[in-house]
Amino acid sequence: MGKLFFYVALALVLVSGVLFAPETAGLAIHPMDQFTVTPLFGGDHIAWYTPTNVTLWMFFAVVAVFALLVFGSANRGIVPSRAQSVAELAYGFIYKMVEDVAGKDAVKFFPYIITLFMFIVTANFLGLIPMSFTTTSHFAVTGLLAVVVFVAITITGFVLHGVKFLGLFWVSSAPLALRPVLALIEVISYFVRPVSLCIRLAGNVMAGHAVLKVFAGFAGALGAASFLPIFAITAFYALEVLVAFIQAYVFTILTCVYLKDALHPSH
Amino acid sequence: MATTTHDAGHGAADAAHGSSGMPQLDFSTYGNQIFWLLVTLVVIYLILSRVALPRIAGILNERQGTITNDLAAAEDLKAKAVEAENAYNKALADARSEAQRIVAETRAEIQVGVDEAIAKADAEIAAKAEESEKAIAEIRATALDNVKIVASDTASALVAALGGKDDTDTIAAAVAKRTEV
Repeated sequence: MGKLFFYVALALVLVSGVLFAPETAGLAIHPMDQFTVTPLFGGDHIAWYTPTNVTLWMFFAVVAVFALLVFGSANRGIVPSRAQSVAELAYGFIYKMVEDVAGKDAVKFFPYIITLFMFIVTANFLGLIPMSFTTTSHFAVTGLLAVVVFVAITITGFVLHGVKFLGLFWVSSAPLALRPVLALIEVISYFVRPVSLCIRLAGNVMAGHAVLKVFAGFAGALGAASFLPIFAITAFYALEVLVAFIQAYVFTILTCVYLKDALHPSH
Repeated sequence: MATTTHDAGHGAADAAHGSSGMPQLDFSTYGNQIFWLLVTLVVIYLILSRVALPRIAGILNERQGTITNDLAAAEDLKAKAVEAENAYNKALADARSEAQRIVAETRAEIQVGVDEAIAKADAEIAAKAEESEKAIAEIRATALDNVKIVASDTASALVAALGGKDDTDTIAAAVAKRTEV
């Protein structure tokens, strides 16, 4: 059955490549246009409160999270339904991550961390829907996420340990002469953390989507041979599905690692 | 994917009105994105912390409780089964020993009866034997007397026939002498 579908799809792609090839095969590639923020209800001006496609797709993310975690677990089954198992899986996955990476006393931060994870992972996956807008491809979004994590963790560290939190930068196991140098490096690496969090997530998502668009542009330009880039898009799309999850995972686990530093700053 | 290419073409027309290069670096949209992101995060946080997380934690706890209870119940039932088996074995052993006891008792009872009967039979046999001996002795005695009578009669007849005098005392003495055993 699956094989049959595969051959039908293959035939469809080949035929459509021949029939629907553009008459003027021009190379019109605008990979970055998909990231443009546009107001939903017309107009050119974008104020901070204007409902834009960002608003729309963030709303969809909220709906998806709500559907998965609230509707999915509505039955409270001892034997879970499919949606409920996914909800439980997400819960257990993040809970275990927080507990294992950041320690048992980090469990009180679990709701914040799963909020981050659920937002990023749903936004990433929603961004993979053709024609959609990917909120996590914007530095404004990932930057704010990173800054929130950075500020929250720094404040937590100082609240819990006071000035001793600065011991995080003073590597007491190193020779005394090296410590100031190491301290400088540690401080720099500490402040680079939010930047790397921000750039890694947005960069990965943006690059993947842009590459998909570039291949799509090739498909328009190649005429009858357009099935080649379409296969490439299919393969790359699979990779993007992987990246969508892995980047959410990486962001979350790094947050847990940083949180562990804030809770137990001694080296 | 056909729609995606269409979108690209459509975007090309739009791209004319500015925002060349990366839309990510268009700082005029930052305020908008940050505002809506904050709203989204707060909403997701409220949904998760108020509804979803407590509910899922409850489900997981409940399941753990159910599993623990079921395991305990299974352990209980297993213990009961072992107990029942032991009781069964004990009942079997009891019945067996009871049967053996009854067999031994019955055998002893029968033995007593048999012994009694044997003793009685022996006594009867002994009595009969004694009686018979007595009868035999009597018969022998009478036989001896008859012999004496016949002998004395014969002797007196012989004596008379020979012309002798019938001397009863002499004959009796002679008979007694001869018949002495």
